[in-house]
Amino acid sequence: MKKKLTLLLVAVVACVSIASAQGRRGLRINEVMVQNDSNYVDDYGNRSAWVELFNSTFAPLEISSVYITNDKSNPKKYPVPLGDVNTEVPARQHVLFWADNAPTKGTFHMSFTLTPGEDNWIGVYDADGRTLIDEIVVPGSLLPNQSYARVADGEDGKDGAPTWEVRDNVTKPITPSSNNHIRSTNSKVDTFAEQDENGFAMTIMAMGIVFSALLMLSVCFYIISKIGAKMLRSNKAKSHGTTLKEMPKEERPLHDTGEEIAAIVMALHEHLNTHDSENTILTINKVKRAYSPWSSKIYGLRELPRR
Amino acid sequence: MEFSDFLQSNLQQFWELTGFYNATWQHFVMLGVGLFFIWLAIKKDFEPMLLVPIGFGMLIGNIPFNTEAGLEIGIYEEGSVLNILYNGVSAGWYPPLIFLGIGAMTDFSSLIANPKLMLIGAAAQFGIFGAYMVALLLGFEPDQAGAIAIIGGADGPTAIFLSSKLAPNLMGAIAVSAYSYMALVPVIQPPLMRLFTTKNERLIKMRPARAVSQNEKIIFPILGLLLTCFVVPSGIPLLGMLFFGNLLRECGVCNRLAKTASNALTDIVTILLGMTVGASTQASEFLTAETIGIFALGFMAFIIASSSGVLFVKLFNLFLPSSKKINPLIGNAGVSAVPMSARISNNLGLKYDPSNYLLMHAMGPNVAGVIGSAVAAGVLLGFLA
Repeated sequence: MKKKLTLLLVAVVACVSIASAQGRRGLRINEVMVQNDSNYVDDYGNRSAWVELFNSTFAPLEISSVYITNDKSNPKKYPVPLGDVNTEVPARQHVLFWADNAPTKGTFHMSFTLTPGEDNWIGVYDADGRTLIDEIVVPGSLLPNQSYARVADGEDGKDGAPTWEVRDNVTKPITPSSNNHIRSTNSKVDTFAEQDENGFAMTIMAMGIVFSALLMLSVCFYIISKIGAKMLRSNKAKSHGTTLKEMPKEERPLHDTGEEIAAIVMALHEHLNTHDSENTILTINKVKRAYSPWSSKIYGLRELPRR
Repeated sequence: MEFSDFLQSNLQQFWELTGFYNATWQHFVMLGVGLFFIWLAIKKDFEPMLLVPIGFGMLIGNIPFNTEAGLEIGIYEEGSVLNILYNGVSAGWYPPLIFLGIGAMTDFSSLIANPKLMLIGAAAQFGIFGAYMVALLLGFEPDQAGAIAIIGGADGPTAIFLSSKLAPNLMGAIAVSAYSYMALVPVIQPPLMRLFTTKNERLIKMRPARAVSQNEKIIFPILGLLLTCFVVPSGIPLLGMLFFGNLLRECGVCNRLAKTASNALTDIVTILLGMTVGASTQASEFLTAETIGIFALGFMAFIIASSSGVLFVKLFNLFLPSSKKINPLIGNAGVSAVPMSARISNNLGLKYDPSNYLLMHAMGPNVAGVIGSAVAAGVLLGFLA
């Protein structure tokens, strides 16, 4: 019993730790500004370099105890402190860290700065300080007040499309603490509205999927029922001391007969006929009660103290 | 201020808070609809379990009051009691709980014994996509069209679940429409069944289903979940709960849980769901031209779904040997109005041959319809959400 419980506990702990690790792997470096002269201002009124992280999962993500660093040889350079409620990043939301080498200013001020004019490597490590969650090399060619941002939040470029781009607030907006790609409509709905005006494509695809799902289930149960029937016959044959080939096939009556039918009919009859309105005769007889506790003096008067 | 002025101003304020002062003709229309639903349920016995809570909910939701007074009583006012109860509808967690109960109540034996009947449940889903095409023609956006079209699945919880995700603003109308047509199954379906079948077809007698072993009944929900949800993961909330409920029922070792899921839990959620859906039909939100369009489309979806089930059986029969022909009267049961549409099949079958009991045969496509409509909802959600 104890062994079983221990195994169960280990399995639960393993599952929880795997789930947690999977969640943190959804953390992405989303946008970086190396030289900030006229851009976003921190709570102290200062302008510094910043790094924006993005929770690419659809669940809140607690990022305390992950490490952010600009030095590959020192992965634990800036640990995100424990105990700050703001380190839980909501689903598909952002959090901004200042690279101002002033960690005493608060949770979101890191212990390093970025160097303008040079390539800056930035990495995010998991709580073990070894598992690299995400990394980026910000090119040294980045001009002051330009940011280096993912084209789509938390996503890699698909089919050879670039993942990162330079933004200058003129041709493309710099978006600290907000979405890099602003969606005003649901792109899936727009695509269907454009490509499938009549709904034929949707009907063909959806009916195909519904049919194939139920067909698969149907085929599976056809096979299972065949296996089941064969096993049943084989067991029967064994108990009768004959071979499977000599056993007669299962015989079923041609039509529903017997007790089951009677039960169904009675149930239907009861269901359909029990709720009718009936003629009711109401008779009111006056019942005389000489005594009622409501008028009893026993309950109305205080008992005298006994001496 | 004089005492009389003080009295007058307070009484005036009170008068402005009353229903009489704030009433509009739209309120009375909706109160009338609510009373009509209650009458249908009590006097005509049309789905009383659904129509009484919805009808009374309509009365609750359409009592006029001053919406600007900040009394926190309206269903759409954040923090009000009704709003808290409505969260199960708006966030979509009542429907999966109802599906848990349906799973715990449903015996899938007839479907397991005759797996080909599952295809009838799939064919009836054409009602959803037929209505989707018409809704697009009428100018609805694809996501709105998808939410409206699901009425054709004849499955109230699924309709609420999908519309809460795709078109929350239309949810009240969609839910009321879905439940209304489910209640009107005995009126809508028989004429269609007669229209599309010949007398000889209605007299077809089907072979009784074989007995199904306990093991098969246990494998069904597990395999059903894995197969359908691997194809349509967006159907997990509904299908997951449906098959979970069924496993509780069939495994034989969780009888207490199965009993609670199929009785107390389902009853509680049905009360809350019905009442809040009814209350969500506030006149100001509900009485619009769109609502009329939704009701018309829902009706059409229902007709297409019922007809396509019957026609599919006729088509299917062309490929079956004469001893295994299916009575097309069970085709209407492909919509997932469980067990009303199966009862309709049985009653109509008995009308033409008093010894032809189709109930158990019709239950196969009926429960396949539940699975089919949940899969269809998952597909729409996957494509459009």
